[in-house]
Amino acid sequence: MDSQQVKLWESRCIEEAPPACNAACPVHLDVRGMAELIAKGDIKAAYALFCRFIPFPGIIGHLCDHPCETACRRSEAGEAIRIHELERMLSASCMEPPPLRRGRAVEKKRVAVVGGGLSGLTVAADLIVKGHHVVVYETKPELFSRLRSLTALPSSAIEADLLRFENTGIEFLCNRKPDIAMLAEEFDAVYLGIGPQPMPVLAGLVKLTNDDRIQAAPLTLASSHAKIFAGGSHRYDGNYSPIASLYDGRSAALSIERVLQGASLTANRENQGSQPTRLYVNIARHAPLSAIQPATPAQGYTLAEAQREAARCFPCHCLECVKVCPYLEHYGAYPKRYIREIYNNETIVMGARKSNRMIDSCTLCGLCAEVCPEQLGMGEVCLSARQGMVEKGRMPISHHDFALRDLEFSRSEAFAFASHQPGHTESAAVFYPGCQLAGSSPEHVEKIYAHLCQKIEGGVGLMLGCCGAPAQWAARTDLFNATRAEFHSAWSALGKPTIISACSSCYRMFTDHYANVAVEALWTTLERIGLPDHALLKSHPLAIHDPCTTRHETAVHQSIRRLAAQCGVDLIELDGPERTSCCGFGGLAAFANPTVADKIIDQRIAQSTADYLTYCAMCRDNFARRGKNSVHILDLLYPSKNALPRSDPGFSARQESRGRLKKRLQRDLWGKDLHESLPEIDIIISAEVHADLEKKLILLDDIRQTLLHAERSGEKLLDKKNGHMIACHRPLRITYWVEYTVEKNSYLVHRAYSHRMELEMVP
Amino acid sequence: MSSIPPPSSQKEDFLCIKCEQALVLRKVNASYLGSSFQVDLLCCPSCGFVYVPEALALGKMLQVEQALEDK
Repeated sequence: MDSQQVKLWESRCIEEAPPACNAACPVHLDVRGMAELIAKGDIKAAYALFCRFIPFPGIIGHLCDHPCETACRRSEAGEAIRIHELERMLSASCMEPPPLRRGRAVEKKRVAVVGGGLSGLTVAADLIVKGHHVVVYETKPELFSRLRSLTALPSSAIEADLLRFENTGIEFLCNRKPDIAMLAEEFDAVYLGIGPQPMPVLAGLVKLTNDDRIQAAPLTLASSHAKIFAGGSHRYDGNYSPIASLYDGRSAALSIERVLQGASLTANRENQGSQPTRLYVNIARHAPLSAIQPATPAQGYTLAEAQREAARCFPCHCLECVKVCPYLEHYGAYPKRYIREIYNNETIVMGARKSNRMIDSCTLCGLCAEVCPEQLGMGEVCLSARQGMVEKGRMPISHHDFALRDLEFSRSEAFAFASHQPGHTESAAVFYPGCQLAGSSPEHVEKIYAHLCQKIEGGVGLMLGCCGAPAQWAARTDLFNATRAEFHSAWSALGKPTIISACSSCYRMFTDHYANVAVEALWTTLERIGLPDHALLKSHPLAIHDPCTTRHETAVHQSIRRLAAQCGVDLIELDGPERTSCCGFGGLAAFANPTVADKIIDQRIAQSTADYLTYCAMCRDNFARRGKNSVHILDLLYPSKNALPRSDPGFSARQESRGRLKKRLQRDLWGKDLHESLPEIDIIISAEVHADLEKKLILLDDIRQTLLHAERSGEKLLDKKNGHMIACHRPLRITYWVEYTVEKNSYLVHRAYSHRMELEMVP
Repeated sequence: MSSIPPPSSQKEDFLCIKCEQALVLRKVNASYLGSSFQVDLLCCPSCGFVYVPEALALGKMLQVEQALEDK
C-alpha cells in the first residue's frame, strides 16, 4: 500500500473531526464527552473533564458566552443543547476544582504576566503547569477585579477557582504597576493582559495600532517585541467575551512556551480557535426535541434536569457507513481507524498480522462509499491491502482456498465449455450463465438458453466457465489473468460475439476488467426479445433486492422492474438499488468470515417481511440459507409446479450441478455421449450433517474421495465405542476425516471434518 | 496443542483396521507453513496412522493454523 494513498484515504474519513460545539469553542472543550458523562449521571467525571480544558471552571461556568450553542447541530432538530446551563450546573454542584500542579520544565524560565484577569491568569495557569516561574502583576488590590462587580458571578466561584493556584508557587503582586520595558529586560517573556484601555505609553517599546493598542498577531498574539505578547479584552474593543479572553491566554501561553523552547511560533496551529467542522451528522436520523426547562430558572438545572438535557445530545458522529454495514460495525471502530490498522498490518515487522481477517471480511460491495459524505470506500482499501498480502506471500491460505478451488473447478474440463449453437457456425451472441446460476438452478440455464436460441437470429453460442471474480476479490492477479486469458481465447474462437450475462458478478467483471468485450445483462436482452411463454402472470408482492454488483447499473434495475411487472409482481422497494447491500458472497467475505457474512445477510433479510426477489443466484441461495423465502427472477419466468420455496442447494450441490449441466447439455444439444469418470458410491448424509459439512466447507466430493481412498488402501480406523469407521485422506493441502458406517452397499456419513496441519508419527 | 492430551480412556478404543493394532499414544510431528512442533497423539504403532479427533482439529489445531497464517 502506498503511504500517500493511505493518508489520502484516512483524510477522507471525517469521523474524527470534532463535533460542531467543540470546534466552535475557542478552547475546544470536549462538549460531546462532557454531555455524555452528564447524561450517564457521572457528574464528577464530567466536572473533571470540564476542569481539564477550563482553568477557571467556576467563572466560565457562570459567564461563558457559549459560542458552542450557536453551532450545536441539535438546533436543527429541536433546540440547541443548553451547554452553558450544563456547565453552570457542574460548577454550581462541584465547587472544588482540582488544584493545578506545577510541572517540571527541563529549562525553567521566568515569565511576567501583567493583568490578573481571565487572559493573564490563563497564561499563568498554563505556564505554571509547564514548570516555569510566573510572576503576576495586578494594578488593582485583587485578582479578577473586573469580574467581581458582575451579579451573574458569585464571589464564591471566583475564590474556588483561585484556590487552584494554591501551592503552585506563582508570585501574585497586586497593587503594582510595573515598568513593562524593565520587565522585558528582566524576564524571558512578558504577557500583557492589561484590559481594554489604550496604551500610548508603550509606543517606544512595541508597535501600536491606530487607536494606541498593542499590535498582536491574531494567531500567536506576538507583538513586535520578541519577548512581549498581548491579548485579552485589550484586543476586543468593548465586545467582552470571557471565553475569548481565556482563549487569548491559552494561545499566548502556547506562543511563550514555543519562544522559550526556540520552536516555531506558527507551525501546526491551524486548528486553533473557533472553527467550522467537517464532521457530517445525519440530522434526519433524529426526531426533534425541545430543550429541558429548569423548574427554577434562576437556580439553573438540577442534576436530574441536566441529565435529561444532556441526553438530548445526539451525540454528533458521522459513522454513516458503520450504521449500514455490519462488517464495519463488527470490528468496533470506523474507516479512519481501520485504514491505520490495515496499514500497520502490512508494515509490521515482527508479530502477528492481526488485521488479516478483517481485511478479508469486507464484501467489497461499495455501500460504504455510497453513504459516505466523502465517498470513501473500504472495498478499495481492503482490495489494495489484499494485493499487498498476496504480493508479500502473507495472505492466509485458508481464507480463500475453498473459493479458489471452486474457481479451478469451473475453469476445468468439468465445467468449462464454449460452442456455437448446435447447427450454427457463427454466433450473433453468446450466453454466459455464470458458474453460480449454473450451480444453483441448472434447469433455468437450459430453459433460458433454449429461449435465447429460439428468439435471437444468427445463432446464440454457449460459454460455461468462470469470469474470475473470486480471483479478483482474492487479489490473485495471476489467477485472474489466467482465467481471463482462457475466456478470451474461447470467446475469440467463437468470433467475439456479444456476451449475454445472467450473473451480476460476471457482468461487473466483464464491464470493469475485460477490455473490448461487449456485454449485455440477460434481463435487458429478455426485455427486447420477450419473455418465455409460461412466465408467471400473477405473484404475491415481493421485495426487490438488487445484487451489489449492479449498484449503478440503472438500465439493469429498470429492466428487472419491468420484467417483474410483466410477471404480475407488485414490487416492494427496500432502500433502492443504489443503497443495496451484499449477500455476503462478494469479496469472498463468507469464506474468510462466515459470522460477519451471516450478519450482513441477516440484516438485509430483516428489512422486509415480504419474500425477496433477486437476480443473483448467490444472493438468492444465501437468503434462502438464512431462512428467507427468496426467488430468482428466473423462478418467475419458469414457475415451478412445486409450491415449496426453493432451499439453498449449498456448495456441494452447486458444484456437482455445474458438472452435470455441462454433461447434459453436451449430450442433449451437441449429441456427445459422455460416460461418468468417477466410480459411483452411494453416500447417505442426513440434512443435519449436510448443513454441518456446508459450514465446514467440505464438499460431497471430498467425502467421496476420502471414502474411496480408505476402501482402496484399507487405511482406516474402527472406533470400538460406537462401531464407526474412520477414514482419512489428504489429497493436497487439507486432511479430510470421515466417520461412517457401511449399511448394505451405502456409506452412512456420521460426521466429517478437516485440518491443514500435517502430522507424522516420530519413528 | 500439546495442552490437549487425548483422554486415556480413548487409548483402547481405536483399532487400525489394516494392521489390526490398537492405537497408542506416540510423539507426532505436527507441521504447517514451515513451522513444526511435537505433540502426543494416538497412532497405529505399526503403520503410523495418526488419529486426529474432531475436537482437536476444530479447536486447538485450527487456532494454531490460523496463528501461523497470520505470523
